[in-house]
Amino acid sequence: MFSFIIRRLAVAIPTLLVLLILSFYLMQFAPGGPFTSERPLPPQVLANIEAKYGLDQPTWKQLLSYITGIVTEFDFGPSYKYKDRTVNDIIAQGFPVTLTYGTIAFALAIIVGGALGIAAAIRQNTWLDYFAVGFTIGAQVLPNFVMAPILILIFTLWLGLLPGGGWNGGQWNHVIMPVIALSTSYMASVARLTRSSMLEVLRSNFIRTARAKGLPENVIIWRHALKPAILPVVSYLGPAFVAMVTGSFIIDSIFSTGGIGYFYVNAAFNRDYAVMMGLTFLLGSMTILFNMVVDILYAWIDPKIRL
Amino acid sequence: MHISMKSALFASALAFASPALAAGTAPDGSALADDQTFTYRVLDEHSSVDPQIVEDVSGSEIVRDLFEGLYNQDADGNLVPGVALSHEVSEDKLTYTFSLRPEAKWSDGKPVTAGDFVYGWRRLADPETASPYQWFVSVMGLANGEAVTAGEMGVEELGVSATDDHTLVVTLSAPLPYFPLTTTHASTFPSPKWVIDEFGADWTAPENIVSNGAYVLTEHVPQERSVRSRNEMYWDNDGTIIDDVVALVINDENVALTRYLAGELDRTEVPAGQYPSMKEEYPDQALSFPRLCSYYFNFNLSDRGPEATMNNDVRLALSYAVDRDIIVEKVLQGGQFPAYSFTPAATANFEVPTVDYSTWTQDERNAKAVELMASAGYGPDNPLELTYLYNTSEAHKKIGIAVAQMWKQTLGVAVTLENQEWKTFLETRGDHDFQVARGAWCGDYNEASTFLDLVHTDSGYNDAAYHNEEVDTLLGEAKSLEDPQANYTRIEEILAAEMPIIPIYHYAGVYMMSPAISGSWPVQNVEQNWYSKDLYKVAE
Repeated sequence: MFSFIIRRLAVAIPTLLVLLILSFYLMQFAPGGPFTSERPLPPQVLANIEAKYGLDQPTWKQLLSYITGIVTEFDFGPSYKYKDRTVNDIIAQGFPVTLTYGTIAFALAIIVGGALGIAAAIRQNTWLDYFAVGFTIGAQVLPNFVMAPILILIFTLWLGLLPGGGWNGGQWNHVIMPVIALSTSYMASVARLTRSSMLEVLRSNFIRTARAKGLPENVIIWRHALKPAILPVVSYLGPAFVAMVTGSFIIDSIFSTGGIGYFYVNAAFNRDYAVMMGLTFLLGSMTILFNMVVDILYAWIDPKIRL
Repeated sequence: MHISMKSALFASALAFASPALAAGTAPDGSALADDQTFTYRVLDEHSSVDPQIVEDVSGSEIVRDLFEGLYNQDADGNLVPGVALSHEVSEDKLTYTFSLRPEAKWSDGKPVTAGDFVYGWRRLADPETASPYQWFVSVMGLANGEAVTAGEMGVEELGVSATDDHTLVVTLSAPLPYFPLTTTHASTFPSPKWVIDEFGADWTAPENIVSNGAYVLTEHVPQERSVRSRNEMYWDNDGTIIDDVVALVINDENVALTRYLAGELDRTEVPAGQYPSMKEEYPDQALSFPRLCSYYFNFNLSDRGPEATMNNDVRLALSYAVDRDIIVEKVLQGGQFPAYSFTPAATANFEVPTVDYSTWTQDERNAKAVELMASAGYGPDNPLELTYLYNTSEAHKKIGIAVAQMWKQTLGVAVTLENQEWKTFLETRGDHDFQVARGAWCGDYNEASTFLDLVHTDSGYNDAAYHNEEVDTLLGEAKSLEDPQANYTRIEEILAAEMPIIPIYHYAGVYMMSPAISGSWPVQNVEQNWYSKDLYKVAE
């Protein structure tokens, strides 16, 4: 396993490099630039600003100095839009926010979604199953950009129980609505996946054998059915975890949480090159890391899989 | 030579020096609320709170509270003393000598000196600072401004100097009667050199910043909130009522409205189309007042523009066929004003000239439009085809659809609506790669030239690529005239006759505002340059 991790990390570095180079050039293709504005700057002023940020250099030079900055100083450059701050500042402030609500939402999605899926599979075609299926369909047709404002309407305006937005250093009452709005659709996916793969496992031969041996039902479910049933869910959870902890534009912008999900999308609109690159790098490395974690988990759950 | 500005300023300075307010009483005599915290919504995170770097509206609002320039504006938008008590203008109108308030202090207790202004203005012009508002030194007409921004001269050559700690001397390259108006702009505020030298780019962080306005920045959580609190060192701290000002970033205007209704905010914008229902339900909270902004359509008169709209009659017909009343009353519904001139009526010292088509009924305009279109050779057999370009937004789309429908019904014009993401749109429009494109402009200062300069041949904002020698001459002359109204009238008349742009409407500020604060809100200030130090909350 140790050599597996080493091998994966060795591939990760060139992968990230390709990701950075590709996104760097793609970004330059987009019309307009960071300083394109409603009031076009006089050429002299634009030249001064571009000189300050090194944007007057040829593209390959910009890319080289950008990558050098990352490698030597872990410096991801300045934000062209928020001029008082650097990309490192933005990540340092915004990533803990999305990491917090993302992790809680992830845990909630696994626990509630998983439990709902297992219960629905065991009690197939009962009211519990119908409820679980109904819930998952409902949660998936209600997108979070609809649900988030409805939550604010109910819990802030009508009931007056929760603040309508802000983060306040992650105080519990500010975290509740972002977590609910983010986790619901993931919860539904986890429930659906768990239910269908559990149903499949419960119909397999070795479970029939276990039943024939007269093993108690709970031993059958927990010891024999759960592990194989959970494999497809685990492969879904890797990318889902990354997507959740790197935040959501909708959650960050509706609840004003200050997370990086908002900055990622807005950096693209603003052509805030360095911010976009920095966040792409973060997202890319998280994805590589958690794909590796999923592979390790796979091997641990199913000994048939060799790393 | 003394000019009237000086005596006017002295008069308001006297009015300002009214006896200290009795505790707990508002300037209008009503009882003050116990909690003097003003909380308002901003659409987006501010770009900066550095006076020479800030470029967005919400950032400038914060900077106006944190820093104080030579002059401030009162509730009507008139100049009142800030750090400067008064000024004198030389005979040739090229030298302005400002007398600064001796008691003004920075929040660290240091006195505010003329040198702090010199430093701030040089910093603005310095190519090293790379300020997005560098060009403002040209708007102000400072001597050598352009050479300094181009790096051809050192910043020491800029037309500003301090003869002593409380005397600031400004030299202009040409007479500019409205020069004092430009001193309320954030980029002209003083900067604390010793703090910037010590902390570099981090000097605006709440723990480092030193400012000379009525407030200091005490908290800033990007994309969530910023808080500014009373500056105990401010020269008029005793006359300041609001203790804390909280700006909450809320991107979604409907969520902001919900949070306003839940009592979390004292002020928010009313989403387009919701003003009538808000006004009915909350008559004392829904406000609409004129703003210094114009919304218009650009024709493309450059080489890349379509053949059809090079024809003057076609442009007139398309403009006449737009029923502005329907746009403001049925589409926008927020108290906006139909526009027949480029410059808004709300502009100071500007009288909207009566252009012929503004006095006609819409039926008359339509009839005339049909006639002009036919004379230009377009009709049912030969319909005109046009593409209208706008940046992606629900409100712009609604207006585009309404106008396209009017053109279709009245003139049989087939309009294709095309929308582009913001920066792509700006690039396309800047390259003159369009047929008809949306345009909007808000005044940088309260004088008609802030609008009319856009139709100058050399203006960087002349998206229509309009060129008229007479207009250029009139604009050039107007710069140094004491009363340029005649020139402005003539320009608006030419615009109405040649119609390089179609004025659609003039903006209104449409807000939900807590009744506690709305009494002190400067609704008459069309630039909406508000200062928290002049606000107060009354007890409900």
